[in-house]
Amino acid sequence: MEAVRVLSPTGMLGAGFAQSTVDRGLELGADVISVDAGSTDSGPHYLGSGTAKTTAAAVARDLRILLRASARAGIPLVVGSCGTSGTDSGVDWVAGIVETILREEELDLAVATIYSEQQAGFLGERLRAGAVHPLAPATELDEATVDGCTHVVGMMGHEPIEEALRGGAAVVLAGRATDTAVAAAFPLMMGMPAGPSWHAAKIVECGGQCTTNPRTGGVLATIDQTGFTIEPLDPDAACTPISVAAHMLYETVNPFRMREPAGELDVEAATYTALDDRRVRVEGSLFHPAGQHTVKLEGARITGYETMSFTAIRDEHILANIEAWTGLFAEVFTGRVAQTLGLDGTEYSFDLRRYGYDAVLGKLDPATRPPREIGVMLLVRAATQELATAVAKVANPLMLHLPTPDMDYLPSLAFATSPAETERGPVYEFVLNHVVDTRSPTEMFRIEHRKAPAHD
Amino acid sequence: MTESPQTFGDLALEVRSKNAGPFWVTMELFLRDAVSYARAVVLSEETIARLYDVRAEDVQIFRIPALNVVKISFPRPVAQGGLRDSDIHAGQHHVPLASLPLPD
Repeated sequence: MEAVRVLSPTGMLGAGFAQSTVDRGLELGADVISVDAGSTDSGPHYLGSGTAKTTAAAVARDLRILLRASARAGIPLVVGSCGTSGTDSGVDWVAGIVETILREEELDLAVATIYSEQQAGFLGERLRAGAVHPLAPATELDEATVDGCTHVVGMMGHEPIEEALRGGAAVVLAGRATDTAVAAAFPLMMGMPAGPSWHAAKIVECGGQCTTNPRTGGVLATIDQTGFTIEPLDPDAACTPISVAAHMLYETVNPFRMREPAGELDVEAATYTALDDRRVRVEGSLFHPAGQHTVKLEGARITGYETMSFTAIRDEHILANIEAWTGLFAEVFTGRVAQTLGLDGTEYSFDLRRYGYDAVLGKLDPATRPPREIGVMLLVRAATQELATAVAKVANPLMLHLPTPDMDYLPSLAFATSPAETERGPVYEFVLNHVVDTRSPTEMFRIEHRKAPAHD
Repeated sequence: MTESPQTFGDLALEVRSKNAGPFWVTMELFLRDAVSYARAVVLSEETIARLYDVRAEDVQIFRIPALNVVKISFPRPVAQGGLRDSDIHAGQHHVPLASLPLPD
């Protein structure tokens, strides 16, 4: 193969795209469709709970178009980080949706799933062997931290995906994978050079984000022996040298160098040239193979249970004295919790946010304008849901009637909902930011061919 | 622009911030032109450290004249999704940078 064309319809499976985006990609000769289905960007809840951020109907809608396209053109479809966090439950969830669509559409496509969830026993063994290392700003890992996680996933590189494709899969549903591995796997397997393959994969990972109109359609990257060419699939969008180069800035710490399990992408010397008013040619991308192949871990643990309550202030006098009101709130609230529940403050924690005033930026906020109204959000965290709610309920009369210290009557504030309290369930935090030295690039991942290729 | 720029945000077409993974935040100033870039490029690790209450040695600044971009990354001061994280995607943390007055 002289070139490999990668069709990226969207930055997130379930975000939606036009049928015409995929039709256009197939017309241009796409050799593979790749799509990312996950991210840590929306917080630790999804990994911690093993549930998806996207809704099943939206994922099914996108997958139906992609599976039909894959079957029609006879090209593979690679989905990465299934179910938002790439847990085994996320892979099975997407696999179930795919199975239903294949049956409904009478499509005969060989499906492989790749599981990336890690067992504490394996990680403990690698830890004791000195094969687990922290990434900045983390510190050394201990086994108790691993044991405390509800889910731990390893981020696969291209290797397990390539193995699944070589095993005959037309549809690869991968657990947690690097955003780039999803798009790089097929071109690498077809012998395209690593620098352009990984760089193109990074550029297409967010679909139309690298175009002048990020809200429309996807993109097609054509990778060959000397570089790659990128073009939008929406006729009204364009890729420019600036829009493409600027995408390297997006959600990256370092815009020039990006670590993958097998090595490091280096785009310091890359050149971006306009071929016409909507296509860009990229050359000079390098990939430095690493001496040690590593797999990055992600893990989340429960930190407690939360209950939220939300009220709002419009009274001009309280608005003008919001600091005094908040100070009095904290004092009366903690006093009432001690008095009624017998808690001294170590059994629970709370955050009182003043939306419209400084909730988002806190002490970093540069603004000085007086607020028109303030939404007061109380978040209470405790070891159990019952305790968090009990504490939040103690705050209820204060969120309804607390005056400022200088007022000689009780105001009534504006609760947003009834009941005022909403139970948020378990809450999570990310605790792992470490890599494992692997002995083989695929040892941490399990490939399952779910449906044999058709033999008729 | 009719008025002379007062803040770093006034020099830029866009200032944005976002998580870079769960443990880092990154932000970019897309400057209007080479002249604006030359004025913004003076941003130092110490200035960012003061503005965001982080350690200067943890701040990374990338100056990219080809794109007229100054990019800044530092470890997230508050754990993502934690009790005191009120900006889950860190998508509004560019505001202190954009509001920073230009030096005389």
